[in-house]
Amino acid sequence: MMHIFCPYCGELREEEEFHVKGQAHIERPKDPEACSDAEWGDYLFFRNNPRGVHHELWIHAVGCRKYFNITRHTVTYEILETYRMGEQPTITGETKADPTTQAKGVSA
Amino acid sequence: MSQQDNQTAAAPRRLASGGRIDRATPLTFTFNGKRYQGLAGDTLASALMANGLDVLNASFKYARPRGLVAAGAEEPNAILQLGSTEAGQVPNVRATQQALYDGLEAHAVSGWVKAQKDLMSRFLPQVGKLGGKFMPPGFYYKTFMAPASLWMTYEKYIRKAAGLGRSPLEEDPDIYDHLHQHTDVLVIGSGPAGLMAALVAARSGARVILCDEQEELGGSLLSMSADCLDQTLDGQPAIEWRDAVLAELDACEDVQLLPRTTANGYHDHNFVTLHERRTEHQADLAPLNARGAQQARSRLHRVRAHRVIMATGAHERPLVYSHNDVPGNLLAGAVTTYLTRYGVAAGDKLVLSVNNDHAYRAALAWAAAGREVVAIADARPAPSGVMVEAARAAGIRIIAGSAVIEAKGERRVTGARIAAIDIDAFSVTGAVEELACDTIASSGGYSPVVHLAAHTGARPVWSDEIHGFLPALGAPMLKGFDACGAANGSFALEDVLVAAYASGVAAVEACEFETAQAEVPAVSELAETPMLPLYQVPHDKPTARAPKQFVDLQNDVTAAGIELATREGFESIEHVKRYTAMGFGTDQGKLGNINGMAVAARCLGQTIPDTGTTVFRPNYTPVTFGAIVGRHCGELFDPIRYTAMHEWHVTQGAKFEDVGQWKRPWYYPQGNEDMHAAVERECLAVREKVGVLDASTLGKIDITGRDAREFLNRIYTNAWAKLGVGKARYGLMCHDDGMVMDDGVTTCLAEDHFLMTTTTGGAASILEWLELWHQTEWPELDVQMTSVTDHWATLTVTGPEARALVGELTDIDLDRDSFKFMEVREGLIADIPGRIFRISFTGELSYELNVPANYGLHVWKRLFECGKKYGLTPYGTETMHVLRAEKGFIIVGQDTDGSITPEDLGMQWCVGYNKPYSWIGKRALSRPDTRRDDRKQMVGLIPTRKKAGDERIVLPEGSQIVFDPEHAIPMPMVGHVTSSYYSPTLGHGFALAVVKGGAKRIGETVFLPQADGTTLEAEITSPVFYDKKGERQHV
Repeated sequence: MMHIFCPYCGELREEEEFHVKGQAHIERPKDPEACSDAEWGDYLFFRNNPRGVHHELWIHAVGCRKYFNITRHTVTYEILETYRMGEQPTITGETKADPTTQAKGVSA
Repeated sequence: MSQQDNQTAAAPRRLASGGRIDRATPLTFTFNGKRYQGLAGDTLASALMANGLDVLNASFKYARPRGLVAAGAEEPNAILQLGSTEAGQVPNVRATQQALYDGLEAHAVSGWVKAQKDLMSRFLPQVGKLGGKFMPPGFYYKTFMAPASLWMTYEKYIRKAAGLGRSPLEEDPDIYDHLHQHTDVLVIGSGPAGLMAALVAARSGARVILCDEQEELGGSLLSMSADCLDQTLDGQPAIEWRDAVLAELDACEDVQLLPRTTANGYHDHNFVTLHERRTEHQADLAPLNARGAQQARSRLHRVRAHRVIMATGAHERPLVYSHNDVPGNLLAGAVTTYLTRYGVAAGDKLVLSVNNDHAYRAALAWAAAGREVVAIADARPAPSGVMVEAARAAGIRIIAGSAVIEAKGERRVTGARIAAIDIDAFSVTGAVEELACDTIASSGGYSPVVHLAAHTGARPVWSDEIHGFLPALGAPMLKGFDACGAANGSFALEDVLVAAYASGVAAVEACEFETAQAEVPAVSELAETPMLPLYQVPHDKPTARAPKQFVDLQNDVTAAGIELATREGFESIEHVKRYTAMGFGTDQGKLGNINGMAVAARCLGQTIPDTGTTVFRPNYTPVTFGAIVGRHCGELFDPIRYTAMHEWHVTQGAKFEDVGQWKRPWYYPQGNEDMHAAVERECLAVREKVGVLDASTLGKIDITGRDAREFLNRIYTNAWAKLGVGKARYGLMCHDDGMVMDDGVTTCLAEDHFLMTTTTGGAASILEWLELWHQTEWPELDVQMTSVTDHWATLTVTGPEARALVGELTDIDLDRDSFKFMEVREGLIADIPGRIFRISFTGELSYELNVPANYGLHVWKRLFECGKKYGLTPYGTETMHVLRAEKGFIIVGQDTDGSITPEDLGMQWCVGYNKPYSWIGKRALSRPDTRRDDRKQMVGLIPTRKKAGDERIVLPEGSQIVFDPEHAIPMPMVGHVTSSYYSPTLGHGFALAVVKGGAKRIGETVFLPQADGTTLEAEITSPVFYDKKGERQHV
C-alpha cells in the first residue's frame, strides 16, 4: 500500500484515501469538432503504458477532494514527485533512466 | 482418554538438566489422541521430540513417514492440525512455532494421503499403490490432461488431495484486531542484530517496534551455550546481555516489544504487516482476559515505518543426500537448539555431515549431553578451525573430504553411508562406509532470510562469499529499508553486532534524532574457517537411479525430479518450480529453494545466479483468515447506510435490498404475500390511488457559482441555458466516448444555484467526475460542488391522489396550473421547511418531498396519518422498477452497460446537438462506430401469448435474443433483455431490451433461447407500455 504525499494537504497519507484516474496530462482537444476521427480516437482511447516513469492523475478522494499528479515508477512503485494541477513534472522518463534490470526469476 | 499415567510421565529424550524449560511445570497434551507430557517453555515440537515421537506425518506425494527437521519457521514436515473443539480447529500449524500449553490437542494431517489414494484407485486402478516411479514431476499434468471432458471430475478429487489440514466447520467465536501504527524504526527479529539496532534507536529517543516470531525475544542468543563454544558478550554468557538489553528496552516508553509476532509482508513504502498471536500460546480459543472480558486472539499490526531494519537471521540449508527425509535426519542447528534451548536430544547416536565450522556446535553440544557422536563427515579436505579442533580434542572422529551420501532406515534412521566425494566431478571417490546411528544432522551453510526484502519486487543478489542470496539493499523498492546481521550475510557474532549498531545509527539519523551513546559489547574471540559450497551430495549411483534425494520435503520434490524437469526442457527456474511444485504452498522455499536451484544449475551446466534469482511473496508464514479479516466481519463487513425512515420500514416488515451500501425497502409484504403478490398490490395502489417511496438514497449534489449553468451545459447532453428558476429538467450524462454514464433530474433553485440528482450508486463517482472536469479542464469556471445526499430525506408521493394527500401537509399551493410538472417550490411540509419537486418516475402525478433528514421520519409518519383515507401504500424498489419500466424509463447500469449512447436509447430529445460548447460525449456521437445503424437499440418486448396463462410469462433478464431460432449453432446473438417484469396494470409480462437495429424492427418477432433448451418468443414494441402520451403526470 503506497504512501502518497498530497500536494494540497501537504501530508503523506495512506493510499486508501486516494483514487487513481489514469494517465496525467491528457488534454481534451480545444475544438473537438475539428478533430478527425483518428485524432479523437487517440484522445479517447490511447494511453501510455511505460515500464518506468509514468505521470498519473490522482484524486485525494476522501481527503481534500483535489486532483493532482504523481510521477511514479511503475516497476519500483517509487513516487518520485507529486504536483498540483497545472504544474509540469520535473522528473520524466528521459531525466531518470530505468534503474532496474530484471534477471530471470523464481518466485516462491 | 483412557491412557495411563505411565504414558504421560516418560519423556525418554529429555535431558536431566539445561535448557530454558521449566521442569517444575509439566503440561499435558495429546497427539493423534494419545496423551503426553511436556514442560512449560516447550514448543509442541520439542515436546513431541522429548517423548520420542519420530513419525509425525506422511509426506504429501509419496506418503513417506516424516519427522522433525528444523526448530523454527522453516520446518517443512511437522505441520499439524490443532484444536480441541470444532470451532477451534486450526490447520497448517508448524509444531516448531507452537508453544505448548496444557490441554493442547494436535493431529497429523494425513487427509491428503487418503484423498490421493482415493483419486488413484478411482482413475488409475492399474497403479495399485503409490510408488515413486508412478509419480514423476508433472504427474498430474501428464496423467489428468486427457480427455479434457473429464477434467471437472478429476479436479474435484485433486483439489481434495491437495489440502493441508482442514478448516473448522463451526463458526469462530474469537475476535481479531487490526491495529494501525506509525513508528520511527521497526526492527524485525530480536537476535543479537535486532537487539543491538533496537537499543541504539531506543536510546536515541526514536519510537521503536521490535517484533519476533518466537515465543521469547532473543533469537539465536536463546540457544547459545558454553557447551558448544558459544561466545561471551562483555565476558558474560550472551543470554545475560540479552536480558539486560530487553530490560532496558522494556522500560522505554516509546518502545513496543512484540514477541510471537511475525512480520509477514513487506509492502510498498515501508508498510509492514505484523501478525501478533496473542493467546495461541495459552489455548486454542482465546481465554477471557484478566478483567474477564473477551480478548483478541490475534492482532494484525499495519505498520508504516520510517525505517525498517530486517534482522531476521538465516536459515540453515540441509545437504541433499539419499533418504534425507527419513525421520532422524535433521538440520545441525536444529539439533543444537533442541539440546541447548529445550533440553531435548534428537536421538542417541549422531552422525554429522557438514561443510562449515559453525555446524560443529551440534556435535559439541551432543557430546556435552553425554551422547555418542559417531562421526563427523566434513566435505572440506582439511578442516582445521577452532571448533573442528575442539571436536577432535573431545575424541570425535572427523572424516575429511566426505559426506553422508545416504541414510538407512525407514521409520527412523538406523545408519549413515559415508563416502569420500569429489564436488567438482560430482562423484563418490572412495569406498562407502556404513556407520550405525539414529540421527543424522546436516549443514550445507546458511541462507539469509531475505523473504521480506523481496516482497516489493527487489530481487535478492547472489553472493559468492556466503554462497547465498543477500537482500538487494539500495534497490529503489527498498527505500528506508536496511538489513543487518545474518539476514545480510554477516555470520560472525562480532560482525553482526557492529553491522547492527551501524544500522541502528543510520536509522536514527534518517529519523533526525541525535544518536545516543550505546556500545557494542565485547565479543570473545572465535575464528571460523571458510565453508566449502556443497548442495546436492553425489551418490554412488547417478541421481536418477539413486534412492530419493529430497530437495523440498514439504512438496516431495527430489533432485531427480528437478533433473528430469531440466531434461524435459524446463530451463527457467520459474518453469522448473511450476513443473515440480518446488517452493510452493506454505513452505515458500525456505529450506529447498537454493538447493533446488543448485541442482538445476548443475544439470544445466551453469552457475546458481545464472539459473535465476529468487523472489518471495507475502505471506512469510501462513496467516489465519481471522487475523486478515479482523473486525471486518458480520455486520461490520461493510459500512451500512440507513435512511432516516429506516426504523419505520423495519417495523412494517419491509424486505430490504442492498443498493451500494444503502439498505432500501424492496417491498412490504402483508400477511402471507410473496414478493410477486406484494409488488402487484403496490403497483396497483400507485396507479389507482397513491403510494410513497423512500427515495432518500438518490445522490444529491448542490452546485453553486456564477458559471454553474454553463458547467451543466458542458456536462449534460441536453440544454440548460433556458431553464428558469424553480424549474427542473431531466439530464443525461455521457463519458467523452459518448456512452451514457448517469442520469437524473437537476433543478434550478436560483440563477447561480442548482440541485443535481444522480443514481443511488453513482453519487460518489459523479461528484468525482464533476470535480475532474472542473479541476482539470475548466478551472476558470466559477462553480462549487457539494454532496448533500445525506442532508435530505426524500419522500416520493405518487398516484392520482397525490395532490390531495400532499395538500393536507403543506402550505405550498399545489394547483395544477400554478405548480406545474417539472417545477419546484419551497415551503412548510408537516411544519418543516422543505422543498417539493413535481417530478415523476412512475408516470403518475408525483410530488417528491425533500425535508432535512432529521425530520424525515416525522414527515413520513405525518404522511401516513393523513394517508389512510386515500389508501396510501408504501412501496419499495421492486415496484418502483416495474412502474418506471412500464413507462420506458431507463435505469443506468441496468438498461445501459457502458456501450449504449443516448441515441441507442431513443433519447434524441435529450441531446443538445446545437449547444455552442462541444459537451462531454458530443464528438463521439459522430464517430463511425456510433453512427452504425445496426447498433443495439432500446426497445420493448412483449412475450407472445399463445394460450391461457401465457400472460404470466416473464422473459428472464439477461436472455440473449436471436432473429432466427432455426439458425445453426452458434446463432448470431442480436441483443439481450435488460429489464423484465409482470405488469398487473397491463395484465401481462413485458420487458425492456436492446436489439440490433431494434428501432426499425417494431412489430417483428424475436426469439430467446433458454438454458433449459426451450425457446421463448416475443414481439418488439415501443419501450413505452403505459400512458404513451404521458398525460397522467400532468394532471
